[in-house]
Amino acid sequence: MTAIAANSNLDRWWNSRTARRFMSHHLALLGMVMIALLTLACVLGPYLLPYDSLYIDLRARFAPPLTGSHYLGTDPLGRDVAARLFMAGRISLLVGFSAMLLSTLIGTLVGVIAGYRGGWLGMALMRTVDGFLSFPSIFLVLALAAALKPSPIMITVVIAVSSWMEVARIVEAEVRSLREREFVQAGRMLGLSGTHIMFREILPNAIGPIIVAATLTVARAILMEAYISFLGYGIQPPLPSWGNMLNGAQQYLGTAPWLAIIPGAAITIAVTSFNFIGDGLRDAFDVRGD
Amino acid sequence: MAVNTKPKLVDDAALSVRGLTVDLPKGMERAHAVENISFDLKRGQILCIIGESGSGKSVTANTIMGLLPKVIRVSSGSIHLDGTAIIGASPKKLRDMRGRVVSMIFQDPLSALNPLMTVGEQITEAMAAHGVGTKASRRSRAVELLTEVGLPDPELMYFQYPFRLSGGQRQRVMIAMALTLEPSVLIADEPTTALDVTTQAQILELIRDIQRRKGMSVMFITHDFGVVAEIADSVVVMEKGRIVEQGSAEQVLKSPTHAYTKRLIAAVPRLTGEDRIPQDTVSKATILKVEGLAKTYRSGSALFGSQRVVPAVNDVSFDLAHGRTLGVVGESGSGKSSLGRLLIKLQDSDGGRILFEGNDIAKLSESEFRPLRPRIQMIFQDPFASLNPRSTIGQILTVGPVAHGMSYSQAREEARALLSHVGLDAGAFGRYPHEFSGGQRQRIGIARALMFKPTLLVADEAVSALDVSIQAQILELLDKIQRETGVSMIFITHDLRVASQICDEIAVMQKGRIVEHGPPSQIFLDPQSAYTRELVAAIPGERPRSTRPIAANV
Repeated sequence: MTAIAANSNLDRWWNSRTARRFMSHHLALLGMVMIALLTLACVLGPYLLPYDSLYIDLRARFAPPLTGSHYLGTDPLGRDVAARLFMAGRISLLVGFSAMLLSTLIGTLVGVIAGYRGGWLGMALMRTVDGFLSFPSIFLVLALAAALKPSPIMITVVIAVSSWMEVARIVEAEVRSLREREFVQAGRMLGLSGTHIMFREILPNAIGPIIVAATLTVARAILMEAYISFLGYGIQPPLPSWGNMLNGAQQYLGTAPWLAIIPGAAITIAVTSFNFIGDGLRDAFDVRGD
Repeated sequence: MAVNTKPKLVDDAALSVRGLTVDLPKGMERAHAVENISFDLKRGQILCIIGESGSGKSVTANTIMGLLPKVIRVSSGSIHLDGTAIIGASPKKLRDMRGRVVSMIFQDPLSALNPLMTVGEQITEAMAAHGVGTKASRRSRAVELLTEVGLPDPELMYFQYPFRLSGGQRQRVMIAMALTLEPSVLIADEPTTALDVTTQAQILELIRDIQRRKGMSVMFITHDFGVVAEIADSVVVMEKGRIVEQGSAEQVLKSPTHAYTKRLIAAVPRLTGEDRIPQDTVSKATILKVEGLAKTYRSGSALFGSQRVVPAVNDVSFDLAHGRTLGVVGESGSGKSSLGRLLIKLQDSDGGRILFEGNDIAKLSESEFRPLRPRIQMIFQDPFASLNPRSTIGQILTVGPVAHGMSYSQAREEARALLSHVGLDAGAFGRYPHEFSGGQRQRIGIARALMFKPTLLVADEAVSALDVSIQAQILELLDKIQRETGVSMIFITHDLRVASQICDEIAVMQKGRIVEHGPPSQIFLDPQSAYTRELVAAIPGERPRSTRPIAANV
């Protein structure tokens, strides 16, 4: 029953104007393709490459790209850069994506409750949002990361805690306007509980802006992870991440530039692609675009 | 004057439309917005174009003004304004004619006026755009126009911003703007639809008055036969982009020939002065007793002394018996919708009692009242906003009963049965609201309210957003439901004609108070309060035919 309902929902979306608008946004499609390729490479790449990302070969240090089967060269310890890039991609994308899920969850929860309940509770929640927003988030993250033992999960939580506020604000504004719609009044008339109205009646109607915000949050989270790891507070070697690969490349910028260029390019591609997707979705959900 | 082979026709007609066809973009429900329509607007006359939503009447007006959106194109036909061909004319030429030869007033004066410009600036703008007069002469002309449309304090009005004006005053400003350059043709697109009935009567009178004084020709678009009866010299009836009938107002209204016109006229809610015959089967017991109900809206801050206090509902009392319908009528801002919301506790009242089946529900908290909610249900005004766009009809109907403990399979069975009862097929169950028309959605809204078998239904402007023919069907459905289930109803409406058809008793509200309460025969034939008299007099169209002599009560 629910599977059929979900299926028809999907069909409906696929045939909708929103989908058509998104499909005609070329940059967003490019972004989708890039992310798909990047994810595929990160998932399958390590199995296809001849080297393990942690395998040290001191005889092959600083091999430039396209040396033998080191397609992207090697690092100061002779580890294969391609293998490390993909393993790092797994970590970075996973951290970015999980941070997005967590921050969207917190933001949506806070936004829906604040927007629907209003009153002193809404006030308290939104002032908390303002409080979090008034911290310079990068220092907040660094302070937290310095105090806590860095692990991928810790980093994810820290990034999520510093990036849920935007979602909360968007959702709160959306819910506040939806709350006055007649179908919400009708829900109250039927005697539905507040929780039911908030999450089953209102939330599905606010899903557009949430998805847009979530997509942009992934991009920001990836960037944030790279930043913290680059400064040495994030993912700790030998576990690779795009940020700490950059960190390790600093001193060899002149002699082995590919060590910086390759993870840098990966970060740029991932972040721009997510931003393109976000822009595409924003335009697709915007009715005025028609 | 253009040389023409038919000089008489050109001389006679200020506006002449011949064989006009306007295409709609592909993939719309029909190929043409209007198809092969021809009509003449005679000099110094008022021509009403009447039709239901989607009949192509507004597209016709926009074509004449040269204001069609880019995706809609004229494919054939001609339009002559004062002997000048409009179709195929250059944009520059059209722009020169707009305002000078033909101008237009719109339905919603609030969105048609620029909120950031004063009234005076908006009027002088048109003159400046056409290079008429000097700054000083334009100003004095604007003040003159504001006087002409009957606005109080024209000198002061010149400097007002639109948000400070009432709906009627804004529409007067729109009319002043349209008259600025003394056009020979005025197009009015539903100019009174968004207005209260008393304001509507004033605006109609103003338009007729100005038309006579200036010898202007007016093309008046409306969906209301009452309005047609008030002002039209001749009438064009449109259905689905075609003209089905045209002729003098007298002829079309009194002896319509086309079936659609007949149906449309029959569907117009008539003001009846007759009382509804009560059902004998139902008991006379009181189901709802309201005593001294009050609600006050406060905005701004008490602390800084900027508080605005608006008493929305003020000391309202009435009784409602089993199986009867009480109509609550009033103009916008009269507090009738607030009253409805208080009764089903979508808002909390500030004072007074609501005795529902003997228990005071006014003081119950939301959780205490929840078990009682199934007994009092509401039908909402806007069929497009009142159904959750992301839920299927099945979900919309079953969610309430399931939340109150009914099993899903039973709720589903009842929902299917109810759908066919309100005139929809059971296949509607799995579909989404956007797949239905306004009238069908309103039926779904009614089915939702009936899922609980309530004892009291509150209908808040339940037919106001619908076309007249659909309106008549929904009223019939409500009447049928009442006769079958014996449900009591509070019917809130701004339209006295609708109220006169379905209500056993009518309460007239003004500024939060009930100013008069009685059976339809009293309200419409022998109103006691001055306000009710004013309301009844403002109803467009015919006066009520009494079944008993009015003189008896005078």
